[in-house]
Amino acid sequence: MNPAASLTVDQVHVWRGDRHVLRGVSLSLAAGELLHVWGPNGTGKTTLLRVICGLLRPEQGVVAWLGRSIVAIRSEFQAALAYASHEPALKSDLTALENLRFAVGLKRRVSEAELRASLDRTGVGRCADLPARVLSAGQRRRVAMARVLAFQAPLWLLDEPFTNLDVKGSALVSQLLLEHVSGGGLALVVAHQDLSMACEVKRLELDG
Amino acid sequence: MNVGAAQALQLILRRELCLSFRRPDQLLQPLVFFLIVTTLFPLALSPELSLLRDMAPGILWVAALLSSLLSLDALFRADAEDGTLEQLALSGQALSVIVIGKTFAHWLVSGAALVVMSPLVATALGIPVGAFPTMLASLALGTLTLSWLGSIGAGLTVGLRRGSVLLSLIVLPLAMPLLIFGASATDRAITGMSPAGALYLLAALCVFTSTLAPIAATVALRITLE
Repeated sequence: MNPAASLTVDQVHVWRGDRHVLRGVSLSLAAGELLHVWGPNGTGKTTLLRVICGLLRPEQGVVAWLGRSIVAIRSEFQAALAYASHEPALKSDLTALENLRFAVGLKRRVSEAELRASLDRTGVGRCADLPARVLSAGQRRRVAMARVLAFQAPLWLLDEPFTNLDVKGSALVSQLLLEHVSGGGLALVVAHQDLSMACEVKRLELDG
Repeated sequence: MNVGAAQALQLILRRELCLSFRRPDQLLQPLVFFLIVTTLFPLALSPELSLLRDMAPGILWVAALLSSLLSLDALFRADAEDGTLEQLALSGQALSVIVIGKTFAHWLVSGAALVVMSPLVATALGIPVGAFPTMLASLALGTLTLSWLGSIGAGLTVGLRRGSVLLSLIVLPLAMPLLIFGASATDRAITGMSPAGALYLLAALCVFTSTLAPIAATVALRITLE
């Protein structure tokens, strides 16, 4: 992974109709850092995440990856990005493995063994060949986490990754985050609850 | 290792076909609709073969347009609703590659299936076998063009809760040239005249939309994703 990898968000403003959702948000994230974005409902946490991954264009301000605006290096930035939205984003008619194959396969060449390994890592290896439709909400979340792992991307953007997870599952996600940042990755996590991590966590509070 | 556009296109095609065949009911509905609509005309008008044969190209084409429209609404909506469209948009592949893959897959399961079934309907409406090649060619070109046109409409309406009526209102006026040239090609083949002119125009429309519609649909989709 690139040790100089860095994400900067500079004075981002977003309006939603008349509502000024993000008012001059700035943040920076270097390799090996974990940022916890928190705040009450409706303060624009998900909006910020969508701005960072480039789905939403801010009215004002710049998001930069490795010092260059993400608009200019769109596909390069997306290849370095693993985004998990607050919904698991799985096709219910496809199996867990197929979901991963089609999502990860667009980003990098990947073997079935690798995909099965990441499903094993998140504890849903036995469900690999079941359609996502029959999985529980927690299992779907674990499959989504396996997809983040399989992307092998330096930058993780996770929106409420602990939703629907049991105690073990939450601990697993914390463990994966720890391994990711200690391996030089960057992670930005949006979560309501406190992150209990064995590493330093930067915090950013949004208060609308 | 990066994934090339050709490989990405292949993967998206496989994904879409896989999803379609997991839901055979949704695959068959437009085809059954096509069959039923074409059966309604002899019942409403008259089962007299000479009358039917005169009207057959029109009946065939109107029914084909309407049944292709049925499945267009789900082109991007299903993926937008479960969040997978965002994942596709962030896959590092150009959004236009995704639009092309999805639209072409849509044509394979709706348009191409309809073309395969059309001889059955044509026989029932009294179209002579000699006109079949022209009819098949014109329907193939026409339904593909309609899928491209539809991708623009589907991209524009994917953010709306009930976009299917609006989608028809956007796509049907654009599809009028298809109806005119498609029906006239078939009609000319039935009456023994050369259908070449109408077929060439259909082919031109098909090339025109397949080069420009993906660009328009990509822009539309990017706006609605925001």
